[in-house]
Amino acid sequence: MAEKTATQRIDLTELKSGGFIKQTQKDLFTVRLKVPGGRITPEKLLKIAEVAKKYSRLGYCHLSFRQSVEIIGVHIDDFDAVVKELAEVGQKVASCGPRVRVPTACGGCEYNPNGIMDTQSKALEVDEKFFGTPCPHKFKMGFSGCPIDCTRTREMDLGFQGVVYPVWSKDLCNGCTLCAKACQEGAIVSDKEGRPMFDESKCVYCGDCIRACPTDAWKDKKKGWLVRVGGKHGRHPREANEVANFLPDNKVNDFIDATVRWYKENGKPKERIGSCIDRVGLEKFRKEVVSALVKTS
Amino acid sequence: MAEEGRIIPDDRIDLRGVLCPINFVKTKLKLEMMDSGQILEVILDDGEPIRSVPRSVKEEGHKIIKVENVENAYRLLIKKA
Repeated sequence: MAEKTATQRIDLTELKSGGFIKQTQKDLFTVRLKVPGGRITPEKLLKIAEVAKKYSRLGYCHLSFRQSVEIIGVHIDDFDAVVKELAEVGQKVASCGPRVRVPTACGGCEYNPNGIMDTQSKALEVDEKFFGTPCPHKFKMGFSGCPIDCTRTREMDLGFQGVVYPVWSKDLCNGCTLCAKACQEGAIVSDKEGRPMFDESKCVYCGDCIRACPTDAWKDKKKGWLVRVGGKHGRHPREANEVANFLPDNKVNDFIDATVRWYKENGKPKERIGSCIDRVGLEKFRKEVVSALVKTS
Repeated sequence: MAEEGRIIPDDRIDLRGVLCPINFVKTKLKLEMMDSGQILEVILDDGEPIRSVPRSVKEEGHKIIKVENVENAYRLLIKKA
């Protein structure tokens, strides 16, 4: 009896939502693993290595552009075993197709001195709540802890980037000028006495002045997220639009929820949210999503 | 803090021409050999060094008590924590 083909044995559409991606080789698939924010324990890495060694018929893994570990060349008959063995350490399979994907994030504010917001906990929380939600097309989110924006939130369907608002108190300043030196944006210029003159229009809210100040004359007034929507890469890249600034941490889930609902209502099948915004207008998004959630920006 | 001008450093290190982060590491090692409360004078280049080293010194908990411009470089006085 002739061997059945992969398409007869398993529904490929279903498979794709589960993170099994068809390869050029007959019956071989790439298994994409879920690594929210790119942070993974050594225990999981060891198990992935063990499973990959056992089941990758091509003998290698690939690190995806969205921080996932992919096991390449898994035979269709080995799917169940792969899923089961990975589950022993709680390692889940990711997704592809028209849905909310695993969020990406930068290394994290626990150890990076530039970090303003906690991207790692947020990525985990958001993954838990929104992963796999069906959408008109793929929906990618990313979290950057500071304006250096390692996660490239400008290329995300919905991106969140940490920001801090600096305030200066005259009484604590000794006129050392280090803040003006630290500021790479030209937003702080020292006057004759060495005191800072702050031009907010040039400020990117990175907090370098706060970190440089030896006397704590610069302090953070508030922290939050700068929100970007409609970014994408691919054949026709589109830079995201900034739609909110200093969004409080506890409003992130509401913002995502409202954005995804708006996208489902307004997006056409196979249309990314950026293209949808180009078609219906950014003002519509601002009015229906942003203004309802952000009282003052 | 008018008395700063009279502070005599306990030790000094000239880091002109030394790149980041080696300049910070040298500052750190020097401070480790000193006693708490002692003053280290550090000479740093303009640009990246003056942007980064003071910030890292602050993160380590030491106190920068004076910063002054000296011929295209900066003179820092650091009080060891």
